[in-house]
Amino acid sequence: MTGTGFERALDSVTRVRGVRGAMLVAGDDGLVVAEQLMEGIKGTAVAALAASLSSRLKRAMDAGGVGPGIFWHLQCEQGALLVVPAASGVLVVAVTDPDVNVGLVRLELKRAAETVG
Amino acid sequence: MSDDVKALSAELARDPQSLVFLRLGELLRQRGQRDAAHRVALTGLERHPHLADAHDLYARILSDKQDYERAFDEWDMTLRIAPAHVGALKGLAFLYFKVGDLSQAEAHLRAARQVAPDDEGVAQALASLEASRGSSGAHPAPVVPAGPTEHLEESRVFAGLEGAEEGLVLLDGAGRVLGGALRNPAGEPVTDAVAAYLAGVSQEAARTARLLGLGNWDGLSAEGVGGHVHLAQPTAESLLLVVRDRSVPLGRLAVLADRATEAARRWLERQA
Repeated sequence: MTGTGFERALDSVTRVRGVRGAMLVAGDDGLVVAEQLMEGIKGTAVAALAASLSSRLKRAMDAGGVGPGIFWHLQCEQGALLVVPAASGVLVVAVTDPDVNVGLVRLELKRAAETVG
Repeated sequence: MSDDVKALSAELARDPQSLVFLRLGELLRQRGQRDAAHRVALTGLERHPHLADAHDLYARILSDKQDYERAFDEWDMTLRIAPAHVGALKGLAFLYFKVGDLSQAEAHLRAARQVAPDDEGVAQALASLEASRGSSGAHPAPVVPAGPTEHLEESRVFAGLEGAEEGLVLLDGAGRVLGGALRNPAGEPVTDAVAAYLAGVSQEAARTARLLGLGNWDGLSAEGVGGHVHLAQPTAESLLLVVRDRSVPLGRLAVLADRATEAARRWLERQA
């Protein structure tokens, strides 16, 4: 997929009201593949943290017999981090306001993950 | 397939959003077709998650299947949506009666009678309850067989946290188990393995929230291929994990987790 293709995949996520930014992260090493973030959000930090948290969560879910994760949502006082892993292992990540429509963001993340493959 | 079932199924097929699933599910339940009733109720519930009658129907089916813990949750949810729902009040009274908590059973039946004074089922149940009390004194013995009691005790302890046998675990900050236990879908105990990883998840969640300027983290929900999990922090030094299969939507799991978190907090305060 081209850089433009990645950007288009992220566009649909960042168009949702309350989404501060979205990015594609390489799940194995936490490097940024593509990003569309509001000013003030450090892409490299988000990528590294999302990948690390995703990997730890995966281990816990595997141990619990729940199987591979297909969506996760970290709820915080002042916002949220939502992640959908694509089949290739790339993570589609969104940083949002606290009152965002989580269902809609989840849907767009899943669509983006399918596009990314 | 009977004509009634056929007709209702056809109507539902024509209009999947129709509330006819309530009649169809109940009819199948009454005919003992539990699996079919379960499917109909669950599909209806997915389409109408805020409909009290849908939760009530699902609870009755779960109760028939002796899945009392979930039936309790469903009737509890019904009452959250419709606090005067007679079916849910009767259902919870039945479950309390089964575990020998006659006071709670009576309280729910009296609430049901207030809403539906002409309901003969409620009057009969109250009469049976009074007869039970009369025959066994002020502290009657539990009236349920061992299996279901065990399940319900778990459900009740879930509210108070000690002794939950599956689906719920409370850990300290170092990943040591304080209460509850987890089993994988095959029924094997996995508490220790999961606990070992959860402390790392919690630390990473806190670090992520802090570095992103999102404040403290309140919860972490995850959807897996084989189930849903929700992680919360009852206190700064503890972690609570609730696991359910995929029939429990993530949003509902968060509601269950909130209740469990409160219970865990109270439990931890009592231990202090």
